[in-house]
Amino acid sequence: MAWQFPLLSLLIWLPIVGAVCVLLTGSDKHAGTARGIAILVAIANLLLCIPLYLGFDVTSYAMQFQEEHLWIRAYQTHYALGVDGISVLMVILTNFTGLLVVLASSQTIKLRVAQYMAAFLTMQGMIVGVFCAMDAVLFYVFWEGMLIPMYLSIGMWGSANRSYASIKFFLFTFFGSILMLIALLYLYNQTGTFRIQEYYGLPLSLHVQKYLFFAFLLAFAVKVPMWPLHTWLPDAHTEAPAGGSVILAALMLKLGVYGFLRFSMPITPLACMRLADFMIGMSLIAIVYVGLIAIVQKDMKKLIAYSSVAHMGFSTLGCFMVYDIIRRMGSFQDAYMSLEGAVIQMIAHAFGSGAMFLGIGLMADRLANHSRLIKSYGGVAHSMPVFAAFFMLFALSNVGLPGTAGFVGEFMVIMSAFQTHFWVATMAALTLVLGASYTLWMYKRVFLGPVTNAAVATFKDINVIERINYILLAAGVFFVGLYPLPIINVLRVTIGHLLLQSIPTGLAMNVPMGWAA
Amino acid sequence: MNFTLPLFSAAFPELILLSMTCIVLLADIFLPARLRGLTYYLTQLTLVLAFVAAFMQYQDYPEPIITFHRGYIVDKLAILSKLIMYVFSLFAFIYARDYIKERRIATGEYYLLGLFSVLGMSIMVSAYSLLTIYLGLELLSLSLYAMVAMYKDSTLATEAAIKYFVMGALASGLFLYGISLLYGITGDIQIATIAQTLQSNLNLVALVALIFIISGLIFKFGAVPFHMWVPDVYQGSATPVTLFIASAPKVAAFVIMVRVLVQALPSLQVAWEQVLILVAILSMFFGNLLAIAQTNLKRMLAYSSIAHIGYTLLGILAGPQSAQGYSAAMFYISTYVLVAAGAFAIIAILSKQGMEFDQLNDYRGLNARNPWLAFMMLLLMFSMAGVPPTVGFFAKLGLLQALVEAHLVWLAVLALVFALIGAYYYLRIVMLMYFEEPATPQHSQHIAVSPGLAAVISVNGVAALALGLLPSTFIDLCRISVG
Repeated sequence: MAWQFPLLSLLIWLPIVGAVCVLLTGSDKHAGTARGIAILVAIANLLLCIPLYLGFDVTSYAMQFQEEHLWIRAYQTHYALGVDGISVLMVILTNFTGLLVVLASSQTIKLRVAQYMAAFLTMQGMIVGVFCAMDAVLFYVFWEGMLIPMYLSIGMWGSANRSYASIKFFLFTFFGSILMLIALLYLYNQTGTFRIQEYYGLPLSLHVQKYLFFAFLLAFAVKVPMWPLHTWLPDAHTEAPAGGSVILAALMLKLGVYGFLRFSMPITPLACMRLADFMIGMSLIAIVYVGLIAIVQKDMKKLIAYSSVAHMGFSTLGCFMVYDIIRRMGSFQDAYMSLEGAVIQMIAHAFGSGAMFLGIGLMADRLANHSRLIKSYGGVAHSMPVFAAFFMLFALSNVGLPGTAGFVGEFMVIMSAFQTHFWVATMAALTLVLGASYTLWMYKRVFLGPVTNAAVATFKDINVIERINYILLAAGVFFVGLYPLPIINVLRVTIGHLLLQSIPTGLAMNVPMGWAA
Repeated sequence: MNFTLPLFSAAFPELILLSMTCIVLLADIFLPARLRGLTYYLTQLTLVLAFVAAFMQYQDYPEPIITFHRGYIVDKLAILSKLIMYVFSLFAFIYARDYIKERRIATGEYYLLGLFSVLGMSIMVSAYSLLTIYLGLELLSLSLYAMVAMYKDSTLATEAAIKYFVMGALASGLFLYGISLLYGITGDIQIATIAQTLQSNLNLVALVALIFIISGLIFKFGAVPFHMWVPDVYQGSATPVTLFIASAPKVAAFVIMVRVLVQALPSLQVAWEQVLILVAILSMFFGNLLAIAQTNLKRMLAYSSIAHIGYTLLGILAGPQSAQGYSAAMFYISTYVLVAAGAFAIIAILSKQGMEFDQLNDYRGLNARNPWLAFMMLLLMFSMAGVPPTVGFFAKLGLLQALVEAHLVWLAVLALVFALIGAYYYLRIVMLMYFEEPATPQHSQHIAVSPGLAAVISVNGVAALALGLLPSTFIDLCRISVG
């Protein structure tokens, strides 16, 4: 094979090497240098995504930009990287979010700047690694390894209750991953390889598939997070620094859904089919029940955290609605739309919730006691009109207003659900009401009305860097909301292929020509 | 019976160790006080020479050589474990130097006893008859008892030494009694002969002998239910002594466990497998659970070592059904020793006269006082917890893979659940170092570390990461040696 430019490796390791360089700047005396290096590295990484996007062949479902080197001879583990349509989008999203976080933090973080930047750059590299890994051990290493910088960032720069939240976060996710490791080892013993793609279509009995399914489910359900394993998220979100919350909401939660797409569905299709109702039920609980919880929150970050759980419920609903559609109607097209909606919801949620977390961090920084309680604010729109306008946009995207990012995914999932199951679709559609009530009610109390806290009146509106951040995010929201075609193009073949692998053979009808292979 | 001259070149490392130890002894007695520093350098030279000798053997002896009346073996397992032990002892002496100098613990004796225990360990791993094993074990144990007792100013150390000695003597007695019973059944003490004679002879006496032998071994290893000495000795001893006890002897104990159980008693495998399952579960359970309650870091690491021994045993008991069980256990114990040595070394480096730095609270805000040492400790703690990309993860991965292959999935799940419990107290150290402020203002000034020591501990800590990123070579080495 001809030598190929190791683009994916560069995307993974550039931030990590950058992190080491940032650490070398040492104490806060050189904070400016640390910030500069971090921003440069983040920009360079985002620029590297351009050749990634341009070079990606949208007509092929094969893994692209592959790299492969033998890593551990004894276990036949490879350092194997590659991207398909889903991962390529997630990699771009990761680097986009990484740049935002570094930019935003360069304004707000004053203490141990070098360590902060290093932690986030490392995290960014590792998350890219998760999306690119084609080898189960490599995947697991990145999957678990990124917990270390996240744990440190919550614990070191978080608010009052940070120690508790960080340990809870770490132990919860560590706990979830345990059984996944066993499942991967089981598959290794069946096949003699750690290559994830070799596991697809493995003739496993339903009994074995169920065990594997639950092992994977625990790992991914903690990350998504699905009810009732979501309790770490509000704690982690509230205590984390703004940058940490953004990474959590925009990227880390996506890993759970990504795991369903990469592992659960193609490896254990029979179990997915059998347990689809259970998964749909859990997703509906997340959407409705957790949505209700969000309404009564007094803490803004907690509110957005619960709303994240509800929105991710849409992604899991979209994933498993596929099986309900196939079982009842066998319609490939509807199943396809459901799955595509799930993936687009993943991407859309990153923009809306990420922006809102940034905004809350930005307001809290302007308040002397860094309060995140809704009642500490009121009338922020008077002192920060530009910020209020931006925040409105992201709030509406969170609600799912047509024309914003939040609408597309939810609409596709609900539409396809209506094809088979009226009540499931109706329940899911409740989110439009619930989402509007918690988001807009919060917006009203925080931004509108008279200024109740004297400190709020002295708030300065957002500065240049913050504006750049918000313009980027707003562009993302509109891009996904108004013109999602480039995204859909990248996804089309990959999702079609994934769908064929994920449904037991012979059940799908009217599969378009060219995909049946 | 005709007399054949043993192949002395096979025992070259041991001969070097013995003769050099005598030279060091003489030098330490007769040199004037101002030249005593030489003892340290001679000691390290000894270890380097022994290392070179063993390394040459690795190339020269591709096939196992059995000599000294079939009581002594040189195979890959022996050589690799010797290499590992020499390196760790070398590190242990480097870390010890400043500490014992500052506290005026009899310096020359520390190195001498250290060398004698290294000799004992060398004999242990090369022993091919039960009596040779016993000789090596006793040489090691007696030296260790004296090393613990050497810190005369500390009542804790004296108490620990007495406990260690009394319990250790009991364990040696159990072990010896087991050997005598085996000799009674088989008429020999040579490992290969025992394995042949005992082939289909699963009788009660053999089982009783097995129980005695396992008890002795488990005691030396420090696993439940013979673990009581571990916390006291680890906490009471001067930190460099703890470091030494916690490192190389664990590898030696692992090797004699393989020799006795796997090579001499394969016919009793059904029996010892069950015993080891129980011991491993109990060790992981009590080790991890009791570690949570500790406020003294040395004591916490003592309980954690009990848990890690439990994990190592998992590899041995999965061995018969899995191709990689033994080598996974070998990998686990050697990397654990690397990490544990690093952790104790950090305690020793941070300790000052009158301020032992062994309470958990001492570590509050270490990141602000010395970021590099805190980072090294972070790597070591995550490695102990088994979080990738540190080496601890790959050690656990190998063991779990062996367990799954041996159809012991339930045990693998259980081991991971205990690992989750264990992660909590390792994370707490990280939490104290990074998330908390120093306890009092006078505890907040910067901690200076001599560049030499900083370099050595960096090698140790970074190795925990580097071996994690590129573990392939070392895993292969373990496979070749134990396979």
